[in-house]
Amino acid sequence: MDLSLNNIHHQYGDVNILSDINFDINSGEIVCIIGPSGCGKSTLLRFLGGLERPTSGEVLQIGSPPDSCLNPLTYIFQDFALLPWRSVEGNISLALEDHRIPADQASAIINDVLARTKLTDFRKALPRQLSGGMKQRVAIARALCVNPAVLLMDEPLSALDSQTRELLMDDLVDLWTREQFTACYVTHNLAEAVRLGHKIVVLSRRPGTIREIVEIDTPLADRKKDIVAMEQKQEYLWNLMRDEALAADMELTDD
Amino acid sequence: MTESLSTRGTSARSSSTAAKPVPFRGGGFRTSPIPWISPVVFIGLIAFWHWGSTSGFIPALVLPSPGESLQAFINLFESGLLWLHVSASLQRLLIGWTAGTILGISVGLFVALSSIGRAAIAPLVAAIMPVPKIALLPLFIIWFGIGEGSKVATILFGVFFPTVISTFGAVDNVDRTLIRMGQSFGLSWSSIVRKIIFPGALPAILSGFRISASIAIILLVAAEMIGAQYGIGAYVLLAGSLMATDQLIAGVAILSALGLTVSYLIGRAERYFLGWRT
Repeated sequence: MDLSLNNIHHQYGDVNILSDINFDINSGEIVCIIGPSGCGKSTLLRFLGGLERPTSGEVLQIGSPPDSCLNPLTYIFQDFALLPWRSVEGNISLALEDHRIPADQASAIINDVLARTKLTDFRKALPRQLSGGMKQRVAIARALCVNPAVLLMDEPLSALDSQTRELLMDDLVDLWTREQFTACYVTHNLAEAVRLGHKIVVLSRRPGTIREIVEIDTPLADRKKDIVAMEQKQEYLWNLMRDEALAADMELTDD
Repeated sequence: MTESLSTRGTSARSSSTAAKPVPFRGGGFRTSPIPWISPVVFIGLIAFWHWGSTSGFIPALVLPSPGESLQAFINLFESGLLWLHVSASLQRLLIGWTAGTILGISVGLFVALSSIGRAAIAPLVAAIMPVPKIALLPLFIIWFGIGEGSKVATILFGVFFPTVISTFGAVDNVDRTLIRMGQSFGLSWSSIVRKIIFPGALPAILSGFRISASIAIILLVAAEMIGAQYGIGAYVLLAGSLMATDQLIAGVAILSALGLTVSYLIGRAERYFLGWRT
């Protein structure tokens, strides 16, 4: 299943947030969206999953998701959004409970995603007992258990410290290498974009328009070895964004 | 860098005054539990009261001695009336508080979750909330009869309004990102209410229980002062009109014990339901 954004335009009152956004998310690729703060990248992600509607333009779903897919468009949030009163297991099963899956099948799914995210030993733990990185792993496990066609990630690593971020980035690369999932990954961290993105959409500051779409052909698994080339890409992206970021920083916000 | 700092440090120490520890300024605002203080204060007060009564410092007309009050309580117990009074009161309290709480939580959820509910009921609740429910007792007697109905209704109404307000506020304070998470996984409306909103609101609802339970006890006594044969309120009122202050003190002690029990039970419920908090 592919997603296609057609002439997305959005405004709050008479403030233009996004204008003229067109790009595709093809099956099996990770598309990163980067841009200065307040450029509307998270808003754009909410349009992609149908949590909000753009003022004009549309998000198209091309082809239908596979039958095994319980929730085609699944989010991973920056602040994890785990229910503090449910255990790791309970948080994951929340996503399955509304789908009337037989109990043994549901527990098989939960065991599988716990193993894939290396959480098997923590299934009974409550969120408050877990570190930030573990919490985000739980959120990733919860997202994987519904077998999403497209993962929508809203700065998933931004609330974590840099070491944990590094570890989780490796985990995401591993996950993708084993099974090519489709994702849209919003971030303000250029290193993350360069490590994970097949396609990097660079947005300008408000009103957000597409500055450039940068493609990186190096396979995800090889990027860590190819440090020099990745540094160059990052440098290139930073040059695209620097002035925008500077200007965005000086802006007064009303909302 | 470190070297230059350390040499500066040592030179300063040798040249000026001697070294002294940095003064501690972090104390004073953190209380720590001292378990033996409260029984000592309690026993000390009773001992003072006993000494005052026996020495004549406190005249018997002003306050009966603790021994007399205890005797009144024992008499009440031996006559078998204690259980009649307490069970009558407990029954009214239980029915009134439970019904008021269930209604209050339901209406509170409705007010918090629907725009119509919010617009229609919230101002109504705000208007009736400050009315002392005991002022409505005569009306309740006309509507529900002089028997149990009017007493239970007084408690029910007294509990209902604060519960609506605390539920409403609790639901409003549930983390929006959790609700959005539920929507993003395609959960149904009722699943989101049952699995995300209600548990998220529970801490504030339970702390509302403390307020509604004490209101219920106050209204219980007030309601029992009119047309009740049995009940702790009736017992206290009768003792008061006979100037039997020893019985009055015994009745007040029963009410205090009732209040403490209720607050203990709510504490247990909080620990059971909110164990996930820390």
